[in-house]
Amino acid sequence: MPILHRIQAEFGFVDSDVVPLLAAELNISRADVHGVVTFYSDFRSEAAGETVLKLCRAEACQSVGAERLVAHAEQVLGIKVGQTTPDGSVTLEQVFCLGNCALGPTGQLNERVRGRLTPARLDALLAERLSR
Amino acid sequence: MTTVYVPRDSAALSLGADEVAAKLKEAAASIDRPIRVVRNGSHGMLWLEPLVEVVTERGRVGYGPVEPEAVGDLVAAGLLDGADHELCQGVVAELPWLRNQTRLCFARVGVTDPLSPEDYVTHGGLTGLRRALAMPVADVIAAVTDSGLRGRGGAGFPAGIKWKTVADTPGELKFVCCNADEGDSGTFADRMLMEGDPFTLIEGMTIAAYAVGATEGYVYVRSEYPDAVRTVRDAVAVAREQGWLGEDILGSGSRFDLFVRVGAGAYICGEETAMLESLEGKRGMVRAKPPIPALTGLFGRPTVVNNVLTLASVPAILAGGAAAYQALGVDRSRGTQVFQLAGNVARGGIFETAFGMTLHELIHTYGGGTRTGRPVRAVQVGGPLGAYLPATDLDLPMEYEAFAAAGAMLGHGGVVVFDDTVDMASMARFAMEFCAEESCGKCTPCRVGAVRGVEVIDKIRAGQDPDGNLALLGDLCELMTEGSLCAMGGLTPMPVRSALLHFADDFSPNGGGHS
Repeated sequence: MPILHRIQAEFGFVDSDVVPLLAAELNISRADVHGVVTFYSDFRSEAAGETVLKLCRAEACQSVGAERLVAHAEQVLGIKVGQTTPDGSVTLEQVFCLGNCALGPTGQLNERVRGRLTPARLDALLAERLSR
Repeated sequence: MTTVYVPRDSAALSLGADEVAAKLKEAAASIDRPIRVVRNGSHGMLWLEPLVEVVTERGRVGYGPVEPEAVGDLVAAGLLDGADHELCQGVVAELPWLRNQTRLCFARVGVTDPLSPEDYVTHGGLTGLRRALAMPVADVIAAVTDSGLRGRGGAGFPAGIKWKTVADTPGELKFVCCNADEGDSGTFADRMLMEGDPFTLIEGMTIAAYAVGATEGYVYVRSEYPDAVRTVRDAVAVAREQGWLGEDILGSGSRFDLFVRVGAGAYICGEETAMLESLEGKRGMVRAKPPIPALTGLFGRPTVVNNVLTLASVPAILAGGAAAYQALGVDRSRGTQVFQLAGNVARGGIFETAFGMTLHELIHTYGGGTRTGRPVRAVQVGGPLGAYLPATDLDLPMEYEAFAAAGAMLGHGGVVVFDDTVDMASMARFAMEFCAEESCGKCTPCRVGAVRGVEVIDKIRAGQDPDGNLALLGDLCELMTEGSLCAMGGLTPMPVRSALLHFADDFSPNGGGHS
C-alpha cells in the first residue's frame, strides 16, 4: 500500500498499466494487486479534477445539514457525487468522517479540511479556488 | 518576548488557524512587538477554535473564536497583553470546561508544542516509561490489569489480559499495532491526541512493547487524517533522535522501533483483523476469529492491537500507579474516558472525565444543548454502529455496563446530538446504506443483509405492507446480529432497532414530518 500511495501521489491515479509491473516486482499475482487497488476507495483508476471537493456525509455532519450542502454542491457544480465537471476542474466526492465532528458540516478542498461549511462559504471557497 | 499559542489541530485549521497565525505575526511586526508563536494542539473546546492564547502574568489568556479577519483589531485592542475584549475567555486553565475535567490521557494536549521533546519531559512525559523499564515485565502487565483499563476503541476488552496473552505466547518476533483508523462519525479524540501529543502514544506503545516482548510496532492511521499522519511521523523521527525509540531505549538495553502506515479510505480497516490484513498489504478483509491476533496477528505473529487512547492512557497509569487510575470511575468502567461531543451541539469538543457522568450533564451542562437552539430529539453514542437514544433517556450514566443494559453501546465515547428536525427512519436507512457501502464483503449477512435492509426500510417508508416488512426487518436485524463475522454487520442493526423502538412514528409513510 505505501507503494500505491506513492504512485497515486506522483501520477494522481493508479494506472491499470502499473498493475502487472507491481505484480512482477512484488512476486504476487496481478489479481492480488488489482484486488488491493479496487478495494480501497482512495485509489483512483483515472485522474481526478484539478480540485477535489470531498463532503462529509456521516451522522455528525448530517445532524447539521450535510445533505443540504451536498445537494447544493451538486446543483452548483452540475454534477453528482462521484463525478467530475466536464471541464475537468472539480471532482465532487463523498467521505465518511474527517474527524471534525464538532464543527460540521465538514468538507475537504484538496488537502485542506474546512469546517462549519454553509452553501455560501462553500461557494466562496470554490470561487477562490477556481479563480487561481 | 511574548509567547502566543495558536493551535495546529486540524479542527482549528479547518476554521483558518494558519491564517490567524500568519496575521498575528504581521500585526505584531507592524507594532514592533517581538512575539513567539507556538503551534500547540487543541484544548478540545472546539467551539472556541481557533483559540489564541497569550502568556501573561495571570496565566494563558484565551481569545476565541478568532477569525483571521479579526486579528488586526484584536492586536490593536491589546490581545498581546491579555486585555479585555468580547472574544476574551479569561485564563484558559480556569474555564469550567477544562477545570472540571480529569485529564490523564489528554493532560498535555493543547498545553504543549506537540513536537517539542523538552515540553514533553517538562510536563511529565516519560515518567511512565522510566518506571516501566525499571519494573519486571510481569509487574507492568499487572499494573495495566489492576488499573482496570479496557480497550478504548469501542469493544472495551481488558487491556492487561490482552497483553498477558501476547506476553505468554512464545515467539521470536512480536508486534504492537496501534489502531488509529478512527472512522466513526462523532469521534476525533484519536486524531486530536496524535496531532496534539503524539509522544504519549509513542510512550504507551513502547511500554506495551516492553511488557509483551515486542520489537516492532505500527501505527495504522486513516488517510482522512493527513495532519495526524504528518505529526506522528515527525514525532517518531524526534523520538528516535532522543533515544526514546531504537536499539537502546533510554539506556535500558530494550529495543523497539515504530512505523507509520496510512489507510486508503476503508472504514472496515478499523476492525482489528481487517487492519492487520491491510498492514500486510492486502485487501482489508475481516479474518475469522479465532485465532485471535494476540496469538496469530500481524504476519501470523503474536500481536497487541490497541486503540490510540488505550495506549495513550498507559503512561499515566504507570506514572501515577494502577490504584490511582482504578480509583476513578464506576463499577467495571475504571479510570477516565475521553468523551467526544459532536454533531448538532452548541459547545462541542473533548471532555475527559471519570466514567459515570450522565449524558444529560455532558450534553446540556457542558455542551449547552443543540447548536440550532432547538430541542434535542436523539443522541447517537458509540459511532455509526451505536444505538440512538431518545431525549428522555439521557439520565443514563456513561459507563460500559449501564449502556449495554439499556440496549446501547458506550463504544469509544463519541456522542452525536440531533435536534428535533431529524428523521429517524432516514437515519436508520443510512445505517444500512453505510454498512452496504463499507462492508468488506466476506460474510453474507453483512454484504447482502445491508443492501436488503435499505430496500426493506424504503418499502416500509413507502407504506408497502408495513407490518410484513417491519417483521422482515426485525428478522434481518436478528440475522445480521447473530450471523455476521465482525462488528460491522453485527452491530449495524443496533442503530436501526433503536430507531424503530424509540421513534416508530418516523417509519410510517407520513412520518419523517419532523423535517
